[in-house]
Amino acid sequence: MSTFVDEKPTQELEAFKGVKKVPHEEYYTSGHRTCQGCESAQIMKLMAKAAGPRTIILGSTGCMYVANTSYYATPWGVPWMHTQLGSSGSAALGAAASLRVQMRKGVMKDEPINVIAFCGDGGGADMGLGAISATMCHPDYNLLILMYDNESYANTDIQISGTSPYGVNTSFSTPGKVKRIMNHRWKKNMAPLMLVGHPTVKYVGTISTSYPLQAMNSVRKALSVGGPTFIHCLNPCPKGWDFDPVLSFELGELAVNTGIWPLYEVENGKLKLYGKTEQIASGRFKRLPVRDYLLKQGRFAHFIEEDIDYFQSKIDDMWNKWLVPGIIPLQKDIETE
Amino acid sequence: MATLTLPVEEKKKGTEQEALITGAEAIAIACKLANVDVVTAYPIRPYDTVMQYISQLVADGEMDCEYIVAEGEHSQFEIVKHASVCGARVFCGSSGVGWMYAMEALTVTPALRIPLIAMVGNRALDDPGAFGVEHNDALAVRDLGWMLTWVDSAQEALDTALIAYRVAEDRRMFVPLAISCDGAFLTHSQALVKIPTAEQVKKFLPAYNRGDLLLHPDNVISVAPQVNEDWVMEIRRQNFAVTEIACDVIREVYAEFEKTFGRKYGNPFFEEYMTEDAEVVLLGMGTLSTPVKVAIRKMREQGKKVGFVRLRWFRPFAGKEIGKCLERFKAIGVLDRDFSFGSPDLSGVVATEVRSAMYSNSKTRPPVIGFIGGLGGREVTVPDVESMTDIVFQAAQGKAQPLTQWIGLRG
Repeated sequence: MSTFVDEKPTQELEAFKGVKKVPHEEYYTSGHRTCQGCESAQIMKLMAKAAGPRTIILGSTGCMYVANTSYYATPWGVPWMHTQLGSSGSAALGAAASLRVQMRKGVMKDEPINVIAFCGDGGGADMGLGAISATMCHPDYNLLILMYDNESYANTDIQISGTSPYGVNTSFSTPGKVKRIMNHRWKKNMAPLMLVGHPTVKYVGTISTSYPLQAMNSVRKALSVGGPTFIHCLNPCPKGWDFDPVLSFELGELAVNTGIWPLYEVENGKLKLYGKTEQIASGRFKRLPVRDYLLKQGRFAHFIEEDIDYFQSKIDDMWNKWLVPGIIPLQKDIETE
Repeated sequence: MATLTLPVEEKKKGTEQEALITGAEAIAIACKLANVDVVTAYPIRPYDTVMQYISQLVADGEMDCEYIVAEGEHSQFEIVKHASVCGARVFCGSSGVGWMYAMEALTVTPALRIPLIAMVGNRALDDPGAFGVEHNDALAVRDLGWMLTWVDSAQEALDTALIAYRVAEDRRMFVPLAISCDGAFLTHSQALVKIPTAEQVKKFLPAYNRGDLLLHPDNVISVAPQVNEDWVMEIRRQNFAVTEIACDVIREVYAEFEKTFGRKYGNPFFEEYMTEDAEVVLLGMGTLSTPVKVAIRKMREQGKKVGFVRLRWFRPFAGKEIGKCLERFKAIGVLDRDFSFGSPDLSGVVATEVRSAMYSNSKTRPPVIGFIGGLGGREVTVPDVESMTDIVFQAAQGKAQPLTQWIGLRG
């Protein structure tokens, strides 16, 4: 009677076949007070819509808590709970374990209930990384961690996080008289980190709110495949990135078209590239220069030519030198003795 | 590696059993009897033996729960916090700096109205490292809404764990509760313990019902939204309301406990030992009761009228009862197995609380001498107790004594 992994059935959410097939029901509605052009709020809406009503959502501290969920004005049409900044992993694990044991003991109706914990880049890639990593090692619990990434601590006045881009101007990395570049860190490669570091994870994906259908279907697949899953979503932020809110959608597209933000998923070890990312990888689309993306944003206004060149060279390396272009940063050439 | 010495033989099932077990094992058995749903573990001495026992109970099929080994104490407490909001009965625990590592989670748990039961195997805080008992770990949450109780025997540990679930899960309460067990002296010391039957426990302890606060798709609520200055004060006041009725609820539950299991604890908040005709008393928490009681019996033979008050509940602090109890003595010596650097009179935490409680609740003003000792697991010896008692007698005779004194200190 040995059970290697004690799996529970999931809801088996089929992919939406097109925008016209997407249901009208919203589970993230009015009541939030996020900024104009906020793409992080957009992924909340898409995520809740994709998951549907039999869902519990746990939200770590960040914009999507503080600006999103005010007393007496909650936008959530599914049960929602605040969790601490570094606790998205633990929150999802605790909720999933609780449902499982109560269903087993017969004190709660036995049915698949989606458990989603979301976190920002600060909560996920920085403070909560350990807890998420631990949760990714528990194959018996069905849950999704969704990290919305606006590339800064955007709720606390825009400070650099582990996923902020190189050289970015934030309130903790302001250019000065002597130092033009205060952030020398390169963006943390979160989805592959979750994938490669946790071999039993069945689904990891990257999404962008500029591609809403793929974003929703990624959430649906992550909730259906079973076990712990992880999605990393890039969310342009007008306030933090310093651009006109009308450009939110376009910047999301440019991040993909410049090759900075590859869109892909890995399901049961099988890699699938999406849209322009797939075309870039197969040589059918020539990556746009990163300058087209960088110069539309005030946070890079202090960049001089050599900074743009450096940024471009790093993106070129990603596509030309990496073992899995855009994803896994091992060199293609493997040394043998 | 801990080995389980569960005594229950097949033929004797259904009747109360007696077993030689440690304090940690007693609490593990209480968790099994309480049919706890989710348990999270992380290693740190000395509390962690309770998790070894629970892990064995799960592996042997004696206990049905989700047993999760977390990657740190912060996660350990966050996991059970969320499990409880989704309706599960939960258990967790820690010691020393492990408890401090969980501090953020410990802070939000009472505010979220979560009846988490935790075991603290009291341990000295780093640095420098020491495995032994000190009470500063558990005491760090004393102002945050946690209930805090100290036990001094394995039997009391088991009984208090059952009482704890009933008190914390009372809908009027819904706050976390930590059971403090002195590291080594209680966590690892064996004693004969009466183990009640599952039927008895079922009768005493109703199922955990989160009611309208349950996080479930059938009950669409938003828990802990951002409130700011608009509402945070009113919500704090609701938490405060729990402390106003906590003593009453505890009294009720102890009465129920006695009715169900037949074991009497009398006054739930503190135990009095040879106080009836005492002129002076010592007061303290936890296992220092053993050397103190031995010393008192010895001193009684020499004609010294000294008694002992062992405080069981630190939060809620039964100020009225303590104040009234202590007003009849000529002087009081408080033994703190903790420190509170920079406090009024530079005393330990308990001495400061006792003085405060007496100021508002006692008709008399006997001197309260604070003693700090037994830190880092150092033994409080019978001669230590004798010399403290001598100092308290001096104070009773009107000879001024320093208000805080360190005992058992090496020269």
